[in-house]
Amino acid sequence: MLIKPASDIRSSEITDKKLYLNRREFLRATSATAATAAVAATGVLGACALLEAKGAPHGRKLPNIKKGFALNVGDKLNAWEDITSYNNYYEFGTDKSDPAEYAKNFKTEPWKVTVEGECAKKGVMDLEDVLKGETLEERVYRHRCVEAWSMIIPWVGFPLANFIKRCEPTSKAKYVEFYTLYDPKQMPGTRVPVLRWPYVEGLRMDEALHPLTLLVAGLYDEVLPSQDGAPLRLAIPWKYGFKHIKSIVKVRFVERQPLNSWQQQAPDEYGFYANVNPGVDHPRWSQSNERRIGEFLRRRTLMFNGYGDQVASLYTGLDLRKNY
Amino acid sequence: MSDRTVRWVLKPLVFLAALVPLAWLVWAALTNNLSANPLEDITHETGIWALRFLCATLAMTPLRRLTGWNAIIRFRRMSGLFAFFYGVLHFLIYVIADRFAGLDFPGGDVTWSTVVTWQTLRKLMHAIGDDIYKRPYITVGFTALMLMVPLALTSTAGMIRRLGGKRWNQLHRLVYVSATLGVVHYWWLVKADVRRPLAYAIVVGALLLFRIWWFRMHAPVTWKKSPDPVRPSV
Repeated sequence: MLIKPASDIRSSEITDKKLYLNRREFLRATSATAATAAVAATGVLGACALLEAKGAPHGRKLPNIKKGFALNVGDKLNAWEDITSYNNYYEFGTDKSDPAEYAKNFKTEPWKVTVEGECAKKGVMDLEDVLKGETLEERVYRHRCVEAWSMIIPWVGFPLANFIKRCEPTSKAKYVEFYTLYDPKQMPGTRVPVLRWPYVEGLRMDEALHPLTLLVAGLYDEVLPSQDGAPLRLAIPWKYGFKHIKSIVKVRFVERQPLNSWQQQAPDEYGFYANVNPGVDHPRWSQSNERRIGEFLRRRTLMFNGYGDQVASLYTGLDLRKNY
Repeated sequence: MSDRTVRWVLKPLVFLAALVPLAWLVWAALTNNLSANPLEDITHETGIWALRFLCATLAMTPLRRLTGWNAIIRFRRMSGLFAFFYGVLHFLIYVIADRFAGLDFPGGDVTWSTVVTWQTLRKLMHAIGDDIYKRPYITVGFTALMLMVPLALTSTAGMIRRLGGKRWNQLHRLVYVSATLGVVHYWWLVKADVRRPLAYAIVVGALLLFRIWWFRMHAPVTWKKSPDPVRPSV
């Protein structure tokens, strides 16, 4: 499927020049001093450098990130501090500040991802193998939480479709189910039955294969911080944030529609699809507008979070009022 | 404790202490010590403090009964008024940050001359009314606050005198409804983790149950009919 760029945004308008220059400056500085940066610069891909490259402003720099995605959002990016201090990640607690506090020592190395269900390539993969051969690219997406706030986030990742194809799903694989790590020792939030653990999310196969669906490993050119779902999470920009499952340890191909955690918790409030839709309110609050973090006046929420040209065709004939 | 100590030392101290949450919020907002969504923090915090002061107000009578420390009753009015004060702040911040900020300004043109108009006020009133009508947790929260208005208005010594102790007492039992609705409002707005609203429900529930229990223990037994009623001679 082709991604049609929205006609009103020119790609030249998109990259924030200041950031871009900072990035260059940073690269110059590190390459002069650190041998690790040289490794990064010579183009060792993904996993290896993911472990080696150090010295980014907050964590570790990711190497060779492809820039200039055609659908990058032109709005001002939210700051690193916003994106890493205001999180919904109930495994680490239900307050927005809990993940940043309690995910500090979260262990993401080594990390294994189990692939099972209706596919040819079942097994347990190292994170390095998940990333191997993939070109990481930056994608500036709108991120809309079901709680009616939003951010603009420069994710770094690669299309989930690439990974799925490598798993060789069979014709019986109609849906993909994802599981977050469940480790009460490291994740204090899971000691409380606020949701049913482990956290489960799911996508219809065509949604999972959609070129906008991103398997995320980084943020702002750096390795993804733990409070944002390290080492591997999804970004599905036309869906509410709770669909963007974090710290993925299992991918399962299934025939039946998965029961995702929030739907299981409150089926009248959270559905399977969770497409951003200003016309369908949450039973308790309005979805017609949203607070962009950092702004005072609220913005109108866009249908499919502004990605309608790309994804609306996935839902032709589906009653979005019933399939919220 | 002497009357003068309560009046000139303790009361001013408690008054200042009750303003600390507000002072902290203002300080935190000005020094960037709130979260990335400061308007939400301020909305939540003022609401929580309204609920806390309601609990404190409801705790005065049980405390006096259990400890015999009668002077504590002299803080009940202040505590109740602070509950109302934080409740009003909570409502005003909701009006500004949620309702006003969510209005549509034609063409996104936001200047003094386009915003400060009668039309904006009309739209704002409509947006507030609409929300109160449509969203049960807003309906309940707004009701809780509105029920506190007559209590705040009749909190002066003059009003107590004018109403008479008995009627004043009856009227001020509305605070039981207000506190209960406040807890329901909180409960209905959390997404999944109800532990905190549950804690307030337990506190308010216990304070109300105490009253029932106390009444049963101490009220004159009037419901038993004596077999041979004695008619008072006129």
